[in-house]
Amino acid sequence: MKFSIQVNEGPYQHQASDSAYQFTKAALEKGHECFRVFFYHDGVLNGTRLTTPPQDDRNIVNNWTELAEKYDLDLVVCVAAAQRRGIVDEGEAERNGKDATNIAPRFRISGLGQLVEAAIQSDRLVVFGD
Amino acid sequence: MSDLHTVNKSPFEKNSLESCLRLSRAGSVILLYEDAVYAALKGTAVENMITSVVGDRKVYVLGPDYKARGLDESRIIDGVEVVDYAGFVDLVDTNDKVQAWV
Repeated sequence: MKFSIQVNEGPYQHQASDSAYQFTKAALEKGHECFRVFFYHDGVLNGTRLTTPPQDDRNIVNNWTELAEKYDLDLVVCVAAAQRRGIVDEGEAERNGKDATNIAPRFRISGLGQLVEAAIQSDRLVVFGD
Repeated sequence: MSDLHTVNKSPFEKNSLESCLRLSRAGSVILLYEDAVYAALKGTAVENMITSVVGDRKVYVLGPDYKARGLDESRIIDGVEVVDYAGFVDLVDTNDKVQAWV
């Protein structure tokens, strides 16, 4: 079955990022397909490579990147939510005159249309967040 | 044809479980995870909310979240079943739609 995942909450906020990650991992391990993971609202904070949690804590951002590398996942960050929260890739840095980027590997910034497409193209859309 | 409803907030914090139970149809499936696992406990002020629906709705609780809160499985309300993440995936797979009561 083809799943898409929506994450509306930042990492380390409550538990939604962890739940979404564990669910996605379990689905992929069972042989299901993940069409897209869409990060919306504070969920875009899952996509900054500058995150540095203590060494004995889980690194949620790296977990997503590693899962994406293993299963070739499409991790999409909502552009409007990202601009508000300072999640920047090279295109956004140039467009908005910023002096740095912080997007994590395997994440990309795009629009809300990607969420609509994910909902249409997938058998199920599972939402995690507050 | 059944729907899966997911609830992730404690019934002592938000009214999302109450909304879910009020608006979900008979035959629906409900999964309690994250802080909503507290609703699966026997002997709380909201126990009746769950016991009143276990007859016509199937209620599950996510075991890893339940255990992470130091709760004992012997205290789960009768009729509520425990699933792991793979079971969560199966619930999404076998029901037609998923409604998150975030």
